[in-house]
Amino acid sequence: MRTEGGSARPPKPSSVLIIGSGPIVIGQAAEFDYAGTQACKAMREEGIRSILVNSNPATIMTDEDVADVVYIEPLTVEVLERIIAREQPDGLLPTLGGQTGLNLARELATAGILDRHGVRLLGTSLRTIELAEDRALFRDLLRNIGEPVPESEIVETWEAAQAARDRIGLPLVIRPAYTLGGTGGGFARTEDEFERIVHGGLAASPIHQVLVERSLLGWKELEYEVMRDANDTCITVCNMENLDPMGVHTGDSIVVAPSQTLSDTEYHMLRNSALKIIRALGIEGGCNVQFALAPRPDVVPWEVDGAQTLPYYVIEVNPRVSRSSALASKATGYPIARVAAKIAIGKRLDEIENSVTKRTSAAFEPALDYCVVKIPRWPFDKFAFGDRALGTQMKATGEVMAIDRTFEAALQKAVRSLEFGGRSLMWEHPEWGGNPPLSASDERLWALTAAIRHDVPLLDISRHTGVDPWFIERLARIVAMERRLLAEELTPALLAEAKRLGFADAQVGTLADRLPDQVRALREEWGLRPVYKMVDTCAAEFDAVTSYFYSTYEEENEAPPEPRERMLVIGSGPIRIGQGIEFDYCSVQAVRALRAAGVGAILANSNPETVSTDFDTSDRLYFEPLDIESMRDLLENEAGENGEAPASIVQFGGQTAVNMARALHGAAMPIAGSSAEAIDIAEDRGRFERLLSEIAVPQPPGAGVSTLEDALTTAGAIGYPVLVRPSYVLGGRAMEVVQDANELVRYFGAALAEKTGVVLIDKYLSGREAEVDAICDGARVLIPGIMEHVERAGVHSGDSMAVYPPQNLTQAQCDAIVEYTTRIGLALDVRGLMNVQFVISPADDPDPDGPGVFVIEVNPRSSRTVPFISKVTGVPMVHLAVNVMLGRSLADQGYEGGLWPAPGLIAVKAPVFSMSKLVGVDTYLGPEMKSTGEVMGVDRTFDAAVRKALIASDLGIRPGTPFLLSLSNQTKSEAVPLIRALHEAGCPLYATEGTAALVHGLGLPVEMVTKRLNEGHPNVVDVIRAGTVRAVINTIEGGRSGPLRDGFHIRRTATEVRIPCFTSLDTARAAIKALASPGSYEVLPLHVYRDGEGL
Amino acid sequence: MTQDGLLLSPQRPAARLVLADGRVFDGVAIGVAGRATGEVVFNTSMSGYQEALTDPSYRGQILVMTYPLQGNYGTNPFTNESRELQVRGFVVRELTDLPSHWRSDRTLDQYLRVAGVSGIANIDTRALTRHLRSRGVVMGTITVDETAESALARLRGEPDYGSLDYVAEVSTTATYDFEKDRPSGRWPTEIAGPPPHVVVVDLGVKRNIMRLLRTRGCSVTAVPHTTSAEDILSLAPDGIVLSPGPGDPMQLEHAVTAARGLVGRAPIMGICLGHQVLGRVFGASTYKLKFGHRGANHPVRDEQTGRVYITAQNHGYAVDPDHLDAAVMVSQIHLNDGTVEGLQHRSEPVFAIQYHSEASPGPNDTEFLFDRFMATVLSQHERPPSRRS
Repeated sequence: MRTEGGSARPPKPSSVLIIGSGPIVIGQAAEFDYAGTQACKAMREEGIRSILVNSNPATIMTDEDVADVVYIEPLTVEVLERIIAREQPDGLLPTLGGQTGLNLARELATAGILDRHGVRLLGTSLRTIELAEDRALFRDLLRNIGEPVPESEIVETWEAAQAARDRIGLPLVIRPAYTLGGTGGGFARTEDEFERIVHGGLAASPIHQVLVERSLLGWKELEYEVMRDANDTCITVCNMENLDPMGVHTGDSIVVAPSQTLSDTEYHMLRNSALKIIRALGIEGGCNVQFALAPRPDVVPWEVDGAQTLPYYVIEVNPRVSRSSALASKATGYPIARVAAKIAIGKRLDEIENSVTKRTSAAFEPALDYCVVKIPRWPFDKFAFGDRALGTQMKATGEVMAIDRTFEAALQKAVRSLEFGGRSLMWEHPEWGGNPPLSASDERLWALTAAIRHDVPLLDISRHTGVDPWFIERLARIVAMERRLLAEELTPALLAEAKRLGFADAQVGTLADRLPDQVRALREEWGLRPVYKMVDTCAAEFDAVTSYFYSTYEEENEAPPEPRERMLVIGSGPIRIGQGIEFDYCSVQAVRALRAAGVGAILANSNPETVSTDFDTSDRLYFEPLDIESMRDLLENEAGENGEAPASIVQFGGQTAVNMARALHGAAMPIAGSSAEAIDIAEDRGRFERLLSEIAVPQPPGAGVSTLEDALTTAGAIGYPVLVRPSYVLGGRAMEVVQDANELVRYFGAALAEKTGVVLIDKYLSGREAEVDAICDGARVLIPGIMEHVERAGVHSGDSMAVYPPQNLTQAQCDAIVEYTTRIGLALDVRGLMNVQFVISPADDPDPDGPGVFVIEVNPRSSRTVPFISKVTGVPMVHLAVNVMLGRSLADQGYEGGLWPAPGLIAVKAPVFSMSKLVGVDTYLGPEMKSTGEVMGVDRTFDAAVRKALIASDLGIRPGTPFLLSLSNQTKSEAVPLIRALHEAGCPLYATEGTAALVHGLGLPVEMVTKRLNEGHPNVVDVIRAGTVRAVINTIEGGRSGPLRDGFHIRRTATEVRIPCFTSLDTARAAIKALASPGSYEVLPLHVYRDGEGL
Repeated sequence: MTQDGLLLSPQRPAARLVLADGRVFDGVAIGVAGRATGEVVFNTSMSGYQEALTDPSYRGQILVMTYPLQGNYGTNPFTNESRELQVRGFVVRELTDLPSHWRSDRTLDQYLRVAGVSGIANIDTRALTRHLRSRGVVMGTITVDETAESALARLRGEPDYGSLDYVAEVSTTATYDFEKDRPSGRWPTEIAGPPPHVVVVDLGVKRNIMRLLRTRGCSVTAVPHTTSAEDILSLAPDGIVLSPGPGDPMQLEHAVTAARGLVGRAPIMGICLGHQVLGRVFGASTYKLKFGHRGANHPVRDEQTGRVYITAQNHGYAVDPDHLDAAVMVSQIHLNDGTVEGLQHRSEPVFAIQYHSEASPGPNDTEFLFDRFMATVLSQHERPPSRRS
C-alpha cells in the first residue's frame, strides 16, 4: 500500500446522527430525502450506526430499514439535544439535510451541545459553515484568495441599506442571510422597490441581515458541483448552465448540463475558481459554487484585446449537498451525497468505489455524452392568482429532468415531463397574440418559442431576455421543424428528424394532421423506435454495470430485455401541490417489494430529486417523461421481439400513473393489480354511484353534470350548499363549496372556460371527515388504520390535520367505515391499495340511529397518507399490496382482513405550506389543496402529538402569545369557548371591529384594531408587522374565491412575517387545547412509541 | 442571423465511416466532403474541440468526440495549439451551424473546411465508442464517394498507424525562439541577469507548454526533434522540456539517444511522448494501450502524497515499468488502470508525466508542475556557469 499523505486521520465514528430537512417546502424538496437516504446507505456500507431524525413521515429516509434508528420528531434544538443525549452518537453529518439541517447543526454547535455530548461535526467544520454562510466572512475569504465578488455591503438597518445603495448604485440585488431558497430577497431597479425589498429581507432573515449587492442581471449563470476529501483531492462532478440568465433564482431556472456555451478556457477558468474556493473553505464533502459570467464584452468595461475570457463573479457557495447536487447526481450518475457522507467519515475519494462502473473510483470527473435539461415545476396551475414573475425568490415546488443526445430533444422531453395536460412547446397563451411577454415567468419558455414563431428577430429576443443566442437558436430549430411538419409530406426521413428533435407523436400528429396513434403506427411501419442508452459516468469509455437509461432516436440499443419476470413501476413525476414525495415513497417501496419477491423491478420517472431515480433503487431505471408514448415505447423495448411486455404497476405513482391505466389497457399492455375497469368505475361518477347503491353504501346525494341547466337542477334538488369539482383531478383543483345559484353560475362559467368536462356536484355535508387506506386481495380487505381529520369537511384532506387513531368517532362509526371500505374493495375487486374518504354527519343519516357515515371519494391507488399510516401502524402496506399483485393473498402473507389493532401511540399529521414564497396567493384553507408538505407529531397523548405537529409545522404557540382575532359572523358563536381558552392561557387578545365587540361582550379584555387599511393606524397589518401579535385566527365566509377575499391582507401579512395564521376554528381549537394542557412531550424512536421499549 | 437562415440547414452530402474490422457508420460529410484515413480514437472531453483539433499528438488519427454537440462556441484565431489542424479526420454526433460566442469568427464546419479537413457527422458516436473500447482502436476511413466494400479495400492498402513516423511531420524543421518579442511573465526581480533559458525538444509541442514557460519568465527555444544532445547543450539551457507528440515511441531512437545525453546536464521535464522517451532512456519499454487515454477527466494519483489530480490526457502508448532503472521511480499512476503516469529520477532533477499539465484543453490542476520544474531550473540557473557546462 502507498503511504498516507496529509494529516493523520480522525477515528471513524461508530454512530452518526443525520438530520433531515423536514417537510417539503418550496426551496427544500425531495432532494434531501435522496441525500439523507444515500447517507444512511453509505453509513450502513461502512458499518456505522445511523440515527436519523426528520419531522416528515413521507420520506424514504425515515423508513426503519434505511436508518438504524428513526426519530420522527420536530426539528428543533431542544428535540435534537434530547436525541443526542439518548443516543450518544459520535458524529453529526450536518451537510445532508439542506439548509434546515445545516442551520440546526450550527445552532447545536454554537450552543455547545455537541461539545457537551462529545459529538463531532463530520466533514464540514463549524468554522467552514460560518465562512460560507456569513456573507462578510465569505467575501473577505474570496478577496483573500483573489476570487472576484460583486461589490456589496452587508446591512442590518434601513439607514445602512440606503448608504449602500448610494455607494454602489441601482440596480441592486438584496439577499437576506440564512433563508431558504432566497426567501425575502429580490432585485431593485427603483428606489421604491429597494425600500420594499430591504424591509422584507430584513424581516425574513433570522439574524436580521441582508446583503445589498451590485446587480448582474443578464449575465450568464453557471454552477459547479465540487467534491473535496481530507487529503485535499478535489474534483468537479458537473457543471451546469442556466438558460435563464442572472436574475432568476437557480431553483426557478431552466438548467442544462453540461454547459453549452462555454469555451474550454472559460469552463476551466470557472472550474479552477470552484476548486480554489472549496480548498479555501476547507470543506470535506461536497459544495456548490455559483458564478456569473459576462456574456459579451459590451456589458462590462474590459480590455478584450487578446483576452480569451471575460470577467466573472462568484455569486454563492453552498457548503453542503443541495438541490443542484441532486440534479448533478442524476445528470451524471455520480452519487454526490453518498460520496460526501463517506468523505465525512474519513474516506478519501480514491478509496470510494464508483458504484456505476464498479471498476473505477470516485476520484474522477464524469464525462457526459448526452445533454440534460431540467425545468422547474411551478404551482401556478393551482394558484391562478399568484404572481408568476420569477426573480430571486424561488417559487417552484419541484422539477423534471430529461436526457437526450440533442438539446432540443432533452428540452422537449422535459416539457412533456411537466405533465401540464399534454401541453407541448407549441402551447401559446390565448392572450399573447403576436407579442408574447418575454420577462421572466413560469411561461417564458413558451413565450420565447412563440416569439420565434411570430418572427421576432432571434438576436432581439436574446438581447431582450439575456438568454444566450445558442439557446434561442435551438428553439428556432424546433420552430423550423414545426413549420416543416406543417408544410411537408410526412416521410420516414422527416419523422426521424422530428423524433431526433424530441417531437412527441402527439405534436407530430397535430402538425401533420394525424392522430397520435396514427403517428405511432407510422413509426412502427417505418421502424422508427427509440433506443435506450446508458448513463454511465464515463461516456462509454468503460463497461458500466448500472441500468440507468434514457431514450433517444439513434442506432444502438443498450437495454435489451432481461430474460426473467419483471414489472414496471410508474413513478409520480415532479413534486407538485397534490402529488408530493409520498408517491415517491410508495414507488420506492413497490420496487423494494418486487425485488424482495425476486421479480425484476423496472422504474420510470422524470423527477431528478427523488430516491426512486437513484440508479441503484431499481433493477432498471428509465429516466423518461411519464406519458403514454414513453411508457409504451419502453414497455415495447422490454417486450423485445415477439416477447410480452412486463405488467405495469400504476397504483403508486399518484394520479400520474393511475391515469395511464386506460391507455395502457387500450394498447393491450398488462396492468398489475386492480384492473383498468375497476379504476374506471372508481373514477367515473355515474358508474361509481350505481355501484355504491348496489352495495348499499351511502354517499352524499349528487351527480355529474356537463351543462349549466343540469347543474342548477341538480343543486336545486339536493339543496345548497353544494361541493362542486371537475372529475378526474388530483389535489382538489378548482373544487369549491358553493352557497347559492349565483355562485354556481359563476363557477360553471370558469369550468367551461377551462374545458374541465364533467363537473361533479355533491351535497355539502358539514361533518367530520375521516379516511382510510386499505389493501384488498379480492377476498379480504385489510385496513391498517382510520384517520380522523381535525378540520371539518370543506378543507381539502391534503390540507387537513389528521389524527390516528380517531379521537371522536363512535364504535358504530368506525365499524361502518370498516364495513363500507370492505364492501367497496370487494365490489370493485381491488387488487392492491385504495383510499376511501368519508364524511360523518349523523344529522343527514336517513336512519336516526344510523352512524351517519357517507363515502365521498374512492381512489383506486395509494394515497398521500400511505407512508404516514405505514409508519405509525407498522403495517408494510406497499409490500402487502405488491405481493397481492404478484398473486399472494393477504392470508398467505399472514394478515387477516378488517381493522388492524391500534398500537398505543397517537400520531398527528399536519400540512405545511410555502405561502410566504408565493406572493398574491390567499392562505385560507378550503377545498383546493395548497400545502406543499407535511409533518408528523407522534406521542403517547393527543395533546402532545398535536403540540409536536404544530411545532414541526411552524405553528407553535405558547401560553401568553398575543393573538389577533378576526372572525366571520358564522363562526363567532362557535369561537366563544376558544376565546375564553386563549384568555385563560394568558394570551393578550387583539381583534377587528366585530370580533372585538364579541370579546368585549364576553367580559374579556381586548384591544380593537381596525381592518380598514386606509382608516388610521395601527391597523391589522401594522400590528402583525410590528410583532405586537404573534398569531392570528381569521375565519371567512364561504363563497367567492378570488385574490382579494375578506381578510386577505391579514392572512398575507401573517404569512410574510411567518406567524401562525389559523383559518379554521378546528385547527385553532386543537392548537389551543394542546397549548393549555399540562405536561411535556416525549422524544423517542418511532418504534418505541409503536412497539414499546426494548424491542 | 435570420430565421430564414435557420430553416436552410446546409444540405450535406452523405458520408460514411468504414472501420478496418468492417463496421460501417453512415452519416453526412462535414468540413471538406472527401476521404480521410487514420487510426480512429475517441476523446471524452466535453469541451475543447479546437485545441484538440490542433494538438499535434492527434496526427495520423481520426478523432471522435464522445460529447454529441460540437461546435457550440465556434472557433477563433486564438485557440490553436499548433500552426495547423493535426487530425486526419473528425467524427461528431452533431455539428452546430449556429455557434454562439463573443470570440467566435467561424463555425467549426468552416474552420474544418478552410483547413481542408474531412469529417463525418450524424452517426451514433456512442455506438462507435463502445465498439472502440471493446475492440480497441482501429484504422478507419471516411468516404463520400465509395461503397463500404471499396472503401474497406482501399483502407486495407493504407499503412498502419504504428508504422509511420508522425513526429517528423509535426516537429519544427528549424530552431526558433518562442514569442521572443512578446513580454514574458513574472520574472522574479530578485534574480539578476538574463532570464533562464528553456529548450523545448519539439516532438509535436503544444503552444501552451511554451506559453506557460514564458509566463514563468523563461526564454524558450524550440528545437527540431532530430537535434542532438550536443546541439541542445550548445544552447546553454537552464532546463529542457521533452514535448508531447504523436505516434509510437519505440520509433524514436534519435530522440531517446539525445535525451540520454541530456540527463544530468540540465533539469528535464518530459511530457506525454517526452515522458515515454525518458522512460526508454531509463530502460523501460513502451506498449500500446487498447484504446488509449484521451479526455479531460483522467485521475492520476501522486504516490508520495496520495493526492489525486484530474488531468488532460491524449496518448495511445504507455511506459512498461518492468525494466525501469532503479534510479528512477514511478511517481504517479493512473487511478483507473494503474498505468504509469509519472517518473521521477531519484537523484537528478529529471521528471516526466504521461499527461498534459499544460491542459488546453482540459483541467489546470497540475499546472503547478511547471512551477516545480521552474524551481529546479532556477536553482540551476543560480549556480556558477562552470558547473553547468
